[in-house]
Amino acid sequence: MIITEWLPEIFLVLMGLAVLIYAVLDGYDLGVGLLLPMDNEPQRSQMIASIGPFWDANETWLVLAVGILLIAFPEAHSLVLRELYLPAAFLLIGLILRGVSFDFRAKAVTGHRRLWDHAFKAGSLITSLTLGYMLGRYVLAFQTGWVAQGFAVLSGICVSAAFAYIGGAWLVMKSEGELQIRAAYWSRRAGWFAALGIAAISVMNPLVSADVAERWLSMPAVFLLIPIPLVCLILVVLVDQYLKQVPTGDDVGCWFPFVAAALLFLLSFLGLAYSFFPYVVPGKLTAAEAASATASLQFIGVGVAIVLPLILAYTAFAYRVFWGKSTELKYY
Amino acid sequence: MESQLADVLMLSRIQFAANISFHILFPTITIALAWFLVYFKVRHEISGHPVWMRIYRFWVKVFALSFALGVVSGITMSFQFGTNWPGFMETVGNIAGPLLGYEVLTAFFMEATFLGIMLFGSQRVPSWLHTLSTFLVAIGTSLSAFWIIALNSWMHTPDGFEMINGVAHPVSWWDIIFNASMPYRLTHMMIASGLTAAFLIAGLSAYRLLKGDTKLAPRKAMSAGIVVAALLIPVQIFVGDLHGLNTFEHQPQKVAAMEGVWETERGAPLLLFAWPDEETRSNAFEVGVPGLASFILTHDMNGEIRGLNEFEEEGHPPVKPLFFGFRIMVGLGLLMLAVSWLGSWFLWRRGAVPVWMQRTLVGMTFSGWLATLAGWYVTEIGRQPWLVSGVLRTSEAVTTVPGAQVGLSLTMYLLVYAVLLFAYLQTLFYMARKSVEVEEFEREVDVDLDELQARAAAEPNANHQEAR
Repeated sequence: MIITEWLPEIFLVLMGLAVLIYAVLDGYDLGVGLLLPMDNEPQRSQMIASIGPFWDANETWLVLAVGILLIAFPEAHSLVLRELYLPAAFLLIGLILRGVSFDFRAKAVTGHRRLWDHAFKAGSLITSLTLGYMLGRYVLAFQTGWVAQGFAVLSGICVSAAFAYIGGAWLVMKSEGELQIRAAYWSRRAGWFAALGIAAISVMNPLVSADVAERWLSMPAVFLLIPIPLVCLILVVLVDQYLKQVPTGDDVGCWFPFVAAALLFLLSFLGLAYSFFPYVVPGKLTAAEAASATASLQFIGVGVAIVLPLILAYTAFAYRVFWGKSTELKYY
Repeated sequence: MESQLADVLMLSRIQFAANISFHILFPTITIALAWFLVYFKVRHEISGHPVWMRIYRFWVKVFALSFALGVVSGITMSFQFGTNWPGFMETVGNIAGPLLGYEVLTAFFMEATFLGIMLFGSQRVPSWLHTLSTFLVAIGTSLSAFWIIALNSWMHTPDGFEMINGVAHPVSWWDIIFNASMPYRLTHMMIASGLTAAFLIAGLSAYRLLKGDTKLAPRKAMSAGIVVAALLIPVQIFVGDLHGLNTFEHQPQKVAAMEGVWETERGAPLLLFAWPDEETRSNAFEVGVPGLASFILTHDMNGEIRGLNEFEEEGHPPVKPLFFGFRIMVGLGLLMLAVSWLGSWFLWRRGAVPVWMQRTLVGMTFSGWLATLAGWYVTEIGRQPWLVSGVLRTSEAVTTVPGAQVGLSLTMYLLVYAVLLFAYLQTLFYMARKSVEVEEFEREVDVDLDELQARAAAEPNANHQEAR
């Protein structure tokens, strides 16, 4: 059957989808964590309330992405995590700090709340930085040397900025009053940084990888691809102009920065995907080479086909339940 | 080089043990606590009595905290396979992968998403939908246990696969999932979770009563905990026995180590105490009941138990941890039986339990944790030196990452886990003390007790419902 032959590529696409959804969803809640203002406790509570019902499910997309890597491409999973042993440990420590601070702050002894907020912020920062760092190392196929390391560090900073950007945009959508204005300011600042990062990575990536250069700069592909960075630039400018106006009358278009930021994530992701498909580990292992047994992929494939739409449906339902401003949603 | 690898192996084993021991504490609570919450919520739906909602409110907070700790320590687990045990996925990934995948797909998303509605949505969705969300979270936690126990059991009693070029390939998914030890291990674990949650509920509620709580909620909750424990413990002892017989059939070396049987013997005694010595391959200070071990395992006083001598060639598990772990688990089980039945008797005859009994319950608050950990140590260490029985040795699966890196990550995990465990325990008892003075809202999300208290002090007669 034809579909059987394509199973590795199908799982690669699924993994990409999980990564993208993770980047957008956990991106905004990591961003909210990064932006936590230590000078204003009610605003912190409000910000944390806005991500309260979602953060747990958002993080599950990371488990799914790593899970697919593990299930469909065990060889790549081992290779990636061996190369990124310490960053992965830091990532996990960051995720642990974040996840628990969130619940502890609501229940702990009053005097400890500020401490847990610090832990939440630190956890978000460690997580964002290491995620970006790992992405940078991965994109360059774990090359060593100071160029590759520098690239990874840059990627860490930019990914953190991008998360702060979308986190601020989320808050513009979910909050009002003083906090909304502050969030717009934060998001604007982070936005330029993120855009600079995307630009830097777009320029550097073909420079350090001949294969990527070949894919992007060959004719006629280049004409079809030019719109991607162009649209990105337009989006960044439009969002910036909108954020300058916040609060808008009647809160019109408060969803725009978030949607635009998500779109930016999508475009950046498509750019990366175009650079590397069908490799699981850039330049080293393709999906087909790293894939597990067909019988295993079929077995889990059936599950994915049935369950994934359900997951998307109830995720959408949960977002609908908590639609609108989160000011009413108290998470003390 | 050799010793370097041995270091990495030992450090990786300690790291995995530390991670999974810390992790299992929280699912052990949440799997059953979710069903307790369903019960409390349904009682409220049926009777309309606010006390059930108050009990629910208190325990849903404990659930949320435990769940969060379970989630973050669980994410760590999903990375461990790749970071420290690449040989595991490379050899049996075709089997383990899909089982883990089904856990993520069918359980993780469902519990995480509906937990949001369960914790924050009670004002935003109709009551029945809120109850349904609680129910779905409970289903999710149990499904998660199903898949992970299926995989774990397959590692003990692998079935339904064939080896092609050193890699396991699936032949029958039914045989893989419902392998020989799976039904026993799953039932044993689910009941263990029930007992853990029951004693946690009884213990923390008793603590509230001892701190002077005169409200109805802790008394009702304590009774529920005691009665559920009393109902579950005999079943658990029965199932545990079946599980032991199953292990005797499929992993005789594990049972030999548990019972301290060094040489194959007939009419083996049930050792109540002994000091197993790996050097002399014998036990010191034996105190035992003659013939009883043989009787339990073979239903014949003179039945044969294969000794560790038969497994020397391919290696058998270390004896001390199994021998003592097993006795700790069984001892705690018997203690649970005594306490829960005595408690139930008091409830039945007097409608309340005396103060000394409440103190005992507080002491037993985390007895489920200890028993569960002891039991898991027995079963997991009992699989050594294999990672997957007869298929893959633990030493063959370990990573090639430098020992220093593993040492560093292990240190970080241990530090973080120690802090978190301390904070968790402190917070549970703090929440219990707070709730002594303040009533839970009947229909409120995650109430901040400090704020409530301040408000209650400011307006002593304020109606709780209106305070919102």
